[in-house]
This record gives sequence, C-alpha cells and structure tokens, in this order.
Amino acid sequence: MKTKLTFWRAIFCLIMAMGLYSVFVRFYYGIGAVSNMSDKFPWGIWIGFDVLCGVMLAAGAFIVTGAVYLLNVERMHAIARPAVLTAFLGYCLVYMNPHSVMFEVGFCVMFYTTVLMFEFSAAVLERFDLLKPLKWVKACLIPLVIAGILLSTLHQSSLGTLYLIMPTKLHPFWYSPALPFFFFISAVAVGLAMTIFESSLSSRVFGRQLELSIIVELGGILYVTLWIYALLRFEDYYHRGLLGSILRPGYEAYFLWVELLLALIVPLTILSFRKARLDGTWLYVAACSTLLGFVTNRLNVSITGFETWAGHHYYPKWTEASITAMIIAIGFLTFSLAVKYLPIFEDEHPRLPLMKMAEMPEQARQTTLVH
Amino acid sequence: MSKAILYDATQCIGCKQCESACAQQNELPYDDKIAAESIQSEHKYTVVLTNNDKFMRRLCMHCDEPACASVCPVGALHKTAEGPVVYDVYKCIGCRYCMVACAFSQPKYEWGKLNPRVRKCIMCPDRVKQGRNTACAEACPTGATKFGDREALIAEAKERIRQNPDNYINHIYGQSEVGGTSVLMLSSIAFESYGLPASANIGDTPMPDYTFRILSKIPDFVPLWALVLGGVYWITHRRETVALAEAAGDDRQGGTK
Repeated sequence: MKTKLTFWRAIFCLIMAMGLYSVFVRFYYGIGAVSNMSDKFPWGIWIGFDVLCGVMLAAGAFIVTGAVYLLNVERMHAIARPAVLTAFLGYCLVYMNPHSVMFEVGFCVMFYTTVLMFEFSAAVLERFDLLKPLKWVKACLIPLVIAGILLSTLHQSSLGTLYLIMPTKLHPFWYSPALPFFFFISAVAVGLAMTIFESSLSSRVFGRQLELSIIVELGGILYVTLWIYALLRFEDYYHRGLLGSILRPGYEAYFLWVELLLALIVPLTILSFRKARLDGTWLYVAACSTLLGFVTNRLNVSITGFETWAGHHYYPKWTEASITAMIIAIGFLTFSLAVKYLPIFEDEHPRLPLMKMAEMPEQARQTTLVH
Repeated sequence: MSKAILYDATQCIGCKQCESACAQQNELPYDDKIAAESIQSEHKYTVVLTNNDKFMRRLCMHCDEPACASVCPVGALHKTAEGPVVYDVYKCIGCRYCMVACAFSQPKYEWGKLNPRVRKCIMCPDRVKQGRNTACAEACPTGATKFGDREALIAEAKERIRQNPDNYINHIYGQSEVGGTSVLMLSSIAFESYGLPASANIGDTPMPDYTFRILSKIPDFVPLWALVLGGVYWITHRRETVALAEAAGDDRQGGTK
C-alpha cells in the first residue's frame, strides 16, 4: 500500500520526531536539560499552556451538551458529538501528561474523562451497531451530562483556585481572590468561542455545511458572557484600587493590555454590531480573538505574573515546546481518524462502512478523508 | 510540646559549620566549591548568606500550617507533631506544586535526574524523635542556632531583645508569620535584605486558608448545582411534553368535530 507524503503529513512527522527526541532527552538527562524550568520557575508551559489552556479550550463540550440535553436546544444537536470528541481527546492528553497536577483538579479531570468516555461511547457503539449497550448509554445520558457539567464547573474554577495560595508571588494584576470565578466564566466564554471556531473550521476542512444558525446563537451567548466577565474584571480592579496602575506602562501592563484587547475589547466591539453577530466570518474572527485573548490570560497567570517575583524571564526551550507540539499533533491526528471512522457529524452524506472503505482505491479514500 | 530552631543572626560568625553538618546528616556532597555557593539547591538545604559583615541562615521554616503540605495532591509532605515538615519520596509524583506554593521558596528539585525528588530541610526528624538536637544546632560553635521547645525559645528570644534592644530589630521572625513557624529568627537588620519575604507581605494568615476559603464551599456547592441543572432539564423537557400533549389533544378535538 502506497502512502502519499502530503504537506501536513510531513509537518506531522517532523513534529513527532522533534517531540520524541525531547522525550528521550528528558528521560536521559532530566527535566532541567529539556526545559527552561528551574527552582525559581518550577512551572513552565507544560502547566501554563498544556494544562491551563488545554483544559480551557476543551470547555466546549460541557457548554454544548448542557445546551442540547438540559436546555433542550435541539438545533445544536449536530455539534454535540464533535464537541465531546474534542474534549475527550483534550482531557486524555492532559491527563496522560506525566507532569499533571493537584488532587482536586486531577480527581475531577479523571472522572470527567470517564464521563466524556461514556458520552462519546454512543458514537462508537452506533458505528458497530451494538444496540443493547447503546440503549444503556442513552438511558444514562442525562445524569452523565449533569455530572459532566458539575465536574467541569469544579475543575475549571479549581485551576484558578490553584493560584490563590501564592498571594505574595503572583503579580496583583492577576492575583485576585476572585480567580476561581474568573477562570470559570472565561471557560464558558472559551467553550462558546471554541465551538464557533471548530464549527467554522470543520466546515472548511471536512467540506461540511456551516451550521450558521447555531453559531449565531452561540455568538449571542458569547457576547453576554464576555460582558459579564468584563464587568467582573473591572469591579475587581476597582475594588483592589488597581485601575490607575493597569493603565501605567510597564512590563506586566503590556501583557495585560494584549490580554484585555484580544479577550474583551476586540470581540466585544465586533459583536456589538448586529450585522457582525449574524455573519459567519465576523463571528469566526471574534471567536479567534477571544481564544487568543484567554490563552494570553492563562499564560499571564502562570508565567508573566511570576517573572517579577522570580527576578528573571522564562521562555520555553525548543525541546520543551516540541513536547507540547507533539501532544497537540497527536490530538489532531486522532480527531481526523475518529471523524473518518465514527459517526461524529450528523449524517450529511451516508456513512461508509469500514469494510467498503478498505476496498476503495487510495485516491478515493484520500478525498473521503481530507477535502 | 512542639520543637523549634532559634537562629540568632547577631551571634552568627559565618563559619558554615551548620552547612557542613547538614550535608553530612543528609548524605549530601560538601566541599569548598559547594560551601562557596550562596543559593539553596537540591544539594544545599541550608545556606549562610553574607551581607557586609552580617550573616543570615536560610532553611525551611517548618510552618505550623505548611502551604506545601496543603497543596500536595498525594500527601507526600506533612507536619509532624514534634515540628518538622517531612517528605515521603515514595508518595511524591513530582508535580512541583509545593515549590510554587511555598512563600519561602524552600523546596528544591533534582532537575538533572531521571526520577527527580523534591529536596528541602526536614529538621532531622529522626534526631528530634530521639530527643537530640538537629545536626546544625549541634554543630554551631556559638549557639547562634539553638534547638529546643518552641515556647521556651520564644520566651528566650524576647528576653534577648529586652536585654539588648540596640542589638536587634524588635521582631521574632516566624513567631506569627503565615500563622507561625518552627524556625524562629532574630536579626539586627531587616529580614528582607536577605531575601526573606517581608512580614507585612506574607502576613499572619496561614497560606492554606487562601485556598480553603474556596475548597470548603465545594461540598455545599455540588448538590445545589446538581439540583439546579436537574431542574433545568426537568422544566425544559416538561415544556416539550406538555406542548406535544396539547398538540395531540387539539388534533383529537379537531378530528371529532
């Protein structure tokens, strides 16, 4: 069987090679050799990006399953499975990270992964026509969805609680007693933005019809959520008397400005126009900005906010970043394979049975996989 | 009665006998090169810092309510009744939350090892259990590092300040910081000048309280939030059922007419 070397496959192989080299370095020479972490900076991007951002970006599932199964928003049914799949992969990868953290977060993440596995198992069982177990899973679905939302609420906010014990180390721009609430509300915003982003992207990659009415609705909720978040952040700075200092130029202030610009100012400006709220492209831009903004926020909390205390700057070593890149690449690969072989998207064109798929000529299979 | 170390910087001559004794006790390497290092690390649990002609020892403070123990997800660190905060390498998963959480940045890490351990002063728990002095206190030639009952040492520290008020700043570092620690310090110049966190910054609130304020609410929050979510489900689906039933009723009525 011949396999064609496409651009993305080459990139994938390169990322895997660099990642595996870094894994080797870590187990041969230690974490100090593979990363720029030190006694002054015990946590780097493996926590700041892989855990904080990874968990946040996988928040789409509990938002969408909540909307579909609890609020009974039937229209969103089409996007429930892709959202759950993203979350399941996201959490599997986070949980398998050997540098994972803390009991409560670990505990919730473990249980949530189990819940997601059950929610997602419906797709696998359907694929193989295992009707009896499928009936059991469907019967348990509502309690599972409730448990999923519950666990998400807990561990999303817990990632903020994590930093409450460092009042003297974390810069006041980011240390706030309200950190758990900020983390949870922003996870809701990011869950919505991620679902908009994913729906738009998969409509392009997998050549599917864009579920416009759905993302318009999500955009509306995102708009409200961002306003709530913005008001709470403002209140927090006001009560802690920081409104003056966040406007004064400085190292931390620059990073804060980037964060607030991307996470709040840009999307709120776009979404304030009715026309933009109804337009797929503008919604996509607003969602992207929100995602980048909150990724900046999580990195600020976990890295920028500690630099003054530590007395030096931290940036990841290339080997450190390559391990993160490898984990993301594995996620992308698994997602595309799952989409190929399992009923993830609602039937737009009838599903091809696995056996038939195997008999198809290479060229046809390629086009079925990637458009 | 809980034990403590009293370190009086005004009596310290910077001989580093404590460093050497600590290394020996914990089977760590120690030579002239390591003696010259002025930072704590995986192979240096305690260090004597020099500031002009003055000295200051740094070591784990052995908090009464240690942040490190409260954040550890697997309970690898804990405070013993005698005072020492000890570490169980077999439980540790290497998450390094203790290092990030410690206000005094005491836990250090073996960055170059395949299976890294967290390293810090553990206040010679075996010696303490046997009623002996810690290795550093035993080695100190001037009595600058003294081991004993915490209450008695606080009384003694107060007495030293009272007798020689010009020699000391009027503060026992560790008596109330972060809720009290098992290492107490006296100095003639500000503790901040040696890199210790300022008392005003760390305050008297035990560090675990900051997270417990939130964590303690979770048991109440979970059933409440589950009830709300279940209620939302019940209402939305009830609405649907009612709508369906009404539609069916209309149809039947329409049919009979």
